[in-house]
Amino acid sequence: MTALTTRSQESGIRNQESGVAHPEFQIPVPEFSISLATTAADHHIARMAALALGLSVLEAAIPSPLPGVKPGLANIVTLIVLERYGWRTAAWVSLLRVVAGGLLMGNFLAPGFFLSLSGALCSLGVLAVSKHLPQRWFGAVTDSIFAAFAHIAGQLLLVYFWLIPHTGLLYLVPIFAAAALLFGTVNGVIAAHYLEDEKTYLL
Amino acid sequence: MSPLAHIKPGDWITLLLGSLLTLWLTATLWQGGAADKAVIRSGGKIFREVPLSLDQIIEVPGPLGLSRIAIRNRQVRIAADPGPRQYCVRQGWLKQAGEVSICLPNQVSVELNGGNKRYDSLNY
Repeated sequence: MTALTTRSQESGIRNQESGVAHPEFQIPVPEFSISLATTAADHHIARMAALALGLSVLEAAIPSPLPGVKPGLANIVTLIVLERYGWRTAAWVSLLRVVAGGLLMGNFLAPGFFLSLSGALCSLGVLAVSKHLPQRWFGAVTDSIFAAFAHIAGQLLLVYFWLIPHTGLLYLVPIFAAAALLFGTVNGVIAAHYLEDEKTYLL
Repeated sequence: MSPLAHIKPGDWITLLLGSLLTLWLTATLWQGGAADKAVIRSGGKIFREVPLSLDQIIEVPGPLGLSRIAIRNRQVRIAADPGPRQYCVRQGWLKQAGEVSICLPNQVSVELNGGNKRYDSLNY
């Protein structure tokens, strides 16, 4: 479906501009096909979500000492989008990444998917508040640290109330908190670096 | 440009708060007061020492019959006892290291042990 919508979009633009597209690049389309009416904003969100997805696939290859402790590189994209295009777009990018990531890793609707989802929803909730902090004093690093703690809190709550209702889970909380602090800070610094660089127009 | 240049003054405060939160969580959740094993005694002798990580029910024989000791969720209690007044059963769940529940008639007791025991009382 993606191919179809992209094609109809692009051929539409080409016809308006030059009238002739490159016929050899056109994908043959059956007579009756479903095509979604998409806007440039949709394409932009999809492109950013794809970038976030790429980062989450990349970090899935990094071995982790404890399930759940991972850098969360995809959140760098969410932070940049939040700063430049607002909370709604960031929520779209983040949730699209979770759903598409679930499909890609093969854990869609499995426990791992719901853990990502609860983490993402909690971070988005916290980011909706923390982005209103005064810009002069608080930057992407603050947002990132808050989001990282919210992410792990959401995941641990879901684990406790759904998967492992055992207080032994509390022994792991300090490890998760330390990981959230470390990776939250690093991701925030990376996001701040890109936010100050005008060349990152892709985002 | 050094990476530290991207951290604004408020971000340092957030970083400090995050570190304090992590330290506080570590101090409270990894404290020695949290018990890690239960010592079960019968007739004054140690019957068994069991870790709290495994949920189970243990039956301990005494002069009156069997006392049942339950371990669940890193807590321990005497679930059933043949004694007449049931004081040890009514004591409920034991959580902290140093807590003890004793069934005198059946000569069975269970005590929680951890890294460091808290004081029963302090005198000055």
